[in-house]
Amino acid sequence: MATGSFAIEGGGPPRPPPPVARGVVGWVRRNLLANPFDAVVTVLLGLAIAWLVPRAFAWAVVDAVWYTPDGSACRAAAGACWAIIAEKHRLILFGTYPYGEQWRGAAVIALFVGLIGLSAIDRIPLRLRLAAWAAASVAILVLMLGGLFGLQPVGTHLWGGLPLTIVIFVATVAGGMPLAVLLALGRQSELPAIRAVSVGIVEVVRGLPLIAVLFVASLIFPLFVPPELSVDKLVRAIIGMIIFFGAYAAEIVRGGLQAIPAGQHEAARALGLGYHPRMRLVVLPQALALVVPALLNDIIRAFKNTTFVAILGLFDVLGAAKVALEDPVWVRYAPEVYIFIFLLYLLFCLAFSRRGMAIERRLAGRRR
Amino acid sequence: MPPATRRPAFWRTAGFRATLYQVLVIALLVGAVAWMTETARQAMHARGIASGFDFLLDRAGFAIGHAFFVFTPQDTYLRAFVVGLGNSLVVAAAGLVTATVMGVALGLSRLSGNWLLSRAAGLYVELFRNTPQLVQIVFWYALFTLLPGPRQAWNLLDLAFVSNRGLLMPWPAQSGVFGLALLLLVPGVFLARAFLRLADRRRRAGRPLRGTALLAAVVLLAPSAVGWLALGAPTGWSVPALRGFNFVGGLGLSPEFLALYFGLSFYIAAFVAEIVRAGILSVGRGQVEAAQAIGLGRADLYRKIVFPQAMRVVVPPLAAQYISLVKNSSLGVAIGYPELFSVTNTVLTLSGHTIEAIAIMALVYLVLALAIGALADIVNRAVRIRER
Repeated sequence: MATGSFAIEGGGPPRPPPPVARGVVGWVRRNLLANPFDAVVTVLLGLAIAWLVPRAFAWAVVDAVWYTPDGSACRAAAGACWAIIAEKHRLILFGTYPYGEQWRGAAVIALFVGLIGLSAIDRIPLRLRLAAWAAASVAILVLMLGGLFGLQPVGTHLWGGLPLTIVIFVATVAGGMPLAVLLALGRQSELPAIRAVSVGIVEVVRGLPLIAVLFVASLIFPLFVPPELSVDKLVRAIIGMIIFFGAYAAEIVRGGLQAIPAGQHEAARALGLGYHPRMRLVVLPQALALVVPALLNDIIRAFKNTTFVAILGLFDVLGAAKVALEDPVWVRYAPEVYIFIFLLYLLFCLAFSRRGMAIERRLAGRRR
Repeated sequence: MPPATRRPAFWRTAGFRATLYQVLVIALLVGAVAWMTETARQAMHARGIASGFDFLLDRAGFAIGHAFFVFTPQDTYLRAFVVGLGNSLVVAAAGLVTATVMGVALGLSRLSGNWLLSRAAGLYVELFRNTPQLVQIVFWYALFTLLPGPRQAWNLLDLAFVSNRGLLMPWPAQSGVFGLALLLLVPGVFLARAFLRLADRRRRAGRPLRGTALLAAVVLLAPSAVGWLALGAPTGWSVPALRGFNFVGGLGLSPEFLALYFGLSFYIAAFVAEIVRAGILSVGRGQVEAAQAIGLGRADLYRKIVFPQAMRVVVPPLAAQYISLVKNSSLGVAIGYPELFSVTNTVLTLSGHTIEAIAIMALVYLVLALAIGALADIVNRAVRIRER
């Protein structure tokens, strides 16, 4: 032992942990009452929850009306009127699609949900998953349009509800991604004219509200092309969606391109690869893999943004809900309908965002 | 083949191809624009539609109700645009402030050690982030229209009233004076900052000032107080009261304004919360430990160590959210709040000048987005890491 030390030789026996750190009481002390401020917050929040939750439960479940064909029971009830969902769910989910053909819309929804599930299975090779999406896109189009395999043709002006939302969403991402890659590469290009055009498109579109881009696509576009080339309302809306999504996703892809070290470019060049194979085989796969989580954020936004077409007069879920609420019997129960739509979107968006988090964790693990 | 002795044909050189691609892109672009313009010109000529911006000075012939600026059918289209922009800016400014305050509070709450608080904040963020903003706005509007009428309005101490006509609250009778006092807070902030620096210098010199916080507050409020006193120190309030079927006096916020304001600020607050959380988590654990080791208090730890470093991560995405909030104020069109987009929609329907109206609107939104972007750039430059 060094001279001049005051340490007790051998030390004392190990002491037990403080009693308050263990068990339920310990957990409460640590997580709810760690200091006076926490205690006050806990009490206030606890009171708010104790006030709110029983009332919300009573409104949504206990006093709610689940079924009444003419709305009479709803007028008498103190709680929510879920009967409007029971009454109008076909209209909200499928819009103005011909009643007898709505199984096709249901099939589109099932296909879409199945694909989301399939995409989450990492064991299936990416190529196969992408091929499944491509095949399903064609299937969705055939199911919606009809005219093939003995299916009765249905014009796009009759499309509506969740299948319409899915069509717009899938088309937006499928069309927007290539545009995004083109714009991102254009912005990184060494050719000044191409760079200027790309920068101009991206900045202008990103500076405008989506609804303005949709208006330009649906109101101005037909003025500028001869009537023979004028496409229908749905296609114009999708074009607007694609351009908007492309401009935002382009900035994300650009971030990925900037993250690729110069050595990768130089090595590819040293191998004698020209611009196109260099980008396609070396740079883009790495850049896109890097930005998948960020892209998923944009994809979630694209899914939520499909509701904007309701302002253009298309009958997506929101547009169809507005039609359902024009019925004077049910007009009072708008909050119930919108809560139903919230849950619908919440389900899909949470699925997407959980997926993004999983990918992010995997990427972080790989880099370590 | 002899290696690299013969020069490649000129159409195979990189320089030629670069020029070719660019000429092609430009030609395609110019060609498309020229062709489309010509088509539009012919179509409009055939239909006898006049073009140009002269219509801006014509009588608009429509009214705008329930908003912050007076607009009558006698006013011009130009004034309609200005009024619409004003309404957009009011709702966007209110939304920006609310979204920021709520977002910071929610972001800090999510990181709190209090289990209940962090879970509640997490639930809020997930709920508001994963549902469409437009549905949120329409939902609030539907809720407000179901409130009782003015005669059965919810009454808060006989001062404020909530009904299906919106929210009514007391408001300074001479609001111009109070507005000026609010504006004078800006020099107050600069004075207070200068004072705090002085106090800091004295503290370091070993002669600390007593009651620094109180004095700083006085310095902060002094210009406003002087301005208010100089203009006669008005204290009169306009309090809403029920007369017959409706209210008079006070400040009225229409259900349309409230629904759009809730929809904009509650939605963006969820995103701001995530940005703030990521920013704070980006500050190294060691920084916090080092600050605690030198005995910095909790307030100083956040004010001097954590926030300045978190700002670098926070500012760029925050600016993007602000721009998104301002742009999405255009969703007022869905519930009839007369903001810029909604007014543009009315103008182009009534005047028939679709292209001109949309061009004006697009230009205004672009300028707004660029202005916020430029401001964010200035802030970003002020907070970035200065490496030697």
